Amino acid sequence: MTTFASIQGTRRPRRNAVPTWLLGMAGLAGLMAVLETLPRLGVADRRFLPPFSEMVERLTAMLATAEFWQALGQTLRGWSIGLAIAMVAGVSLGIVLGSIPLLRAATNSTIEFLRPIPSVALIPLAVLLYGTDIRATLLLVVYAAFWQVLVQVLYGARDVDPVVRETARSYQFSAWTRVRTVIWPTALPYVLTGFRLAAAVALVLEVTGELIIGTPGIGNQIAVAQTSGAYATMYALVIVAGLVGVVVNVLARAVERRVLRWHPSVRREVPT
Amino acid sequence: MTIGLRNRSVRSGQGAASVARTVVTVLGLPAVLVALWWTVSDDSGSFYWPPLSEIIGSFRETWFTGRFTEHVLPSLGRFATGYGLALVLGIGLGVAIGSIRNLRATLEPVLEFFRAIPPPILVPILMLFAGLGDGMKVLVIISGCVWPILLNTVEGVRGIDEVLRDTAMSYQLGARRRLVHLVLRAASPHIAAGSRQALSIGLILMVISEMFAANNGLGFSIVQFQRSFAIPEMWTGIILLGLIGVVLSLLYRIVESRLLAWYEGVRESQRGEG
Repeated sequence: MTTFASIQGTRRPRRNAVPTWLLGMAGLAGLMAVLETLPRLGVADRRFLPPFSEMVERLTAMLATAEFWQALGQTLRGWSIGLAIAMVAGVSLGIVLGSIPLLRAATNSTIEFLRPIPSVALIPLAVLLYGTDIRATLLLVVYAAFWQVLVQVLYGARDVDPVVRETARSYQFSAWTRVRTVIWPTALPYVLTGFRLAAAVALVLEVTGELIIGTPGIGNQIAVAQTSGAYATMYALVIVAGLVGVVVNVLARAVERRVLRWHPSVRREVPT
Repeated sequence: MTIGLRNRSVRSGQGAASVARTVVTVLGLPAVLVALWWTVSDDSGSFYWPPLSEIIGSFRETWFTGRFTEHVLPSLGRFATGYGLALVLGIGLGVAIGSIRNLRATLEPVLEFFRAIPPPILVPILMLFAGLGDGMKVLVIISGCVWPILLNTVEGVRGIDEVLRDTAMSYQLGARRRLVHLVLRAASPHIAAGSRQALSIGLILMVISEMFAANNGLGFSIVQFQRSFAIPEMWTGIILLGLIGVVLSLLYRIVESRLLAWYEGVRESQRGEG
């Protein structure tokens, strides 16, 4: 009894340990403190790294301007349109290719060749075709996000339990029923992983496109702030972009968990 | 076992026919696509879509008359430096953060925030501090590559099997051996997943940092071609960049399959039992 208790005691975190969220808050507070003191002490050049309080000040001032909200809206619009196109194309193509072995084998080498091509290679082409139009950035976003989805769905469609597949064949399910009842439930966790990865990648490419090509949005605002020397504004916008990224990640994970409530991988996940 | 043997004999029995079939499935679609591009673009009058024959014709002249050593090698050098340093930093910090519970809890939100910042927007910031030289570009690549490696290493170290950890403890393995044989080995599938993500991010950042401000490099050349409307040359740049991406991912896969051969074995045997 005593040994059991002592083993328990060594393995579990101590009862009086500081809670995780408090440590996390302390970490964030520490980061802010470092950003505040480094420029004030002159360790970092104050012109290039204004104190954190100045960034916050600029950020709050920015929140009252229509220009900021418009830029944020443009970024989110490009991101969501691109992600939606990539999801629809990736999922439908992935299921078709993944469920027909012959097609899968024939397209494998092409996919493996096209996938690692960095989407930024398309920037010059996008600029020539669309200028600074929203479509130029959309091209990059869709290209980058599409492969994330497609590859995951292909894995998923391949992962179908052989017994289930054979059963479906014995019962002579139609192609549509097979997709709906056999392939889709198996592929769904992979589809959602693809969604989560694609959501993050799409945001990166959306902002990159705005920054490099000049499509309107947060990324373009950052480029403007940088060239005009408004560094506090630039940092404020970078913080906004980071926060948008965090929200996108958290939301994607929440969607994944909600849709997959029934799935063992989520059910088994014990909150720690 | 018997199934495996039979499969192999069947395969060797078919011999030439199966080799031919493999060649057709691997090369068939790419050949069709290239042929399609070739014929459709052949009499193309469009300024932006020059005939493929013209693009390929200018490929050699564009890249292999000095431009390769002058622009492509520096790019790849910066990429290799940045990626290598990111690996060292990410794995080193990741092991430390992953092993110390309180440190992990403290830094997790901060790291999540930094990972969520789209890496290319760090280019304008790093330009302020590091100028426009090679140092800035290497820093940009590190600052993008390090997060996936770091966070995956943390995740991998955190997930080490308790029994293994206790076993290493009771056998009193030294810190060095515990690090090599237990911690790094157990975390290596996660580390590999992180470094694979970092590879494509690094390549993107290599190009982006050069598009922003540079006087040499692959990204710089491509933008130059685009601005001077040297369209076939621009296309060769896009194709070259694509080829580099493909070669890097192939190399990565070879290294990974070497290093993680044991892991594939473990997974396969687990699947067999389950």
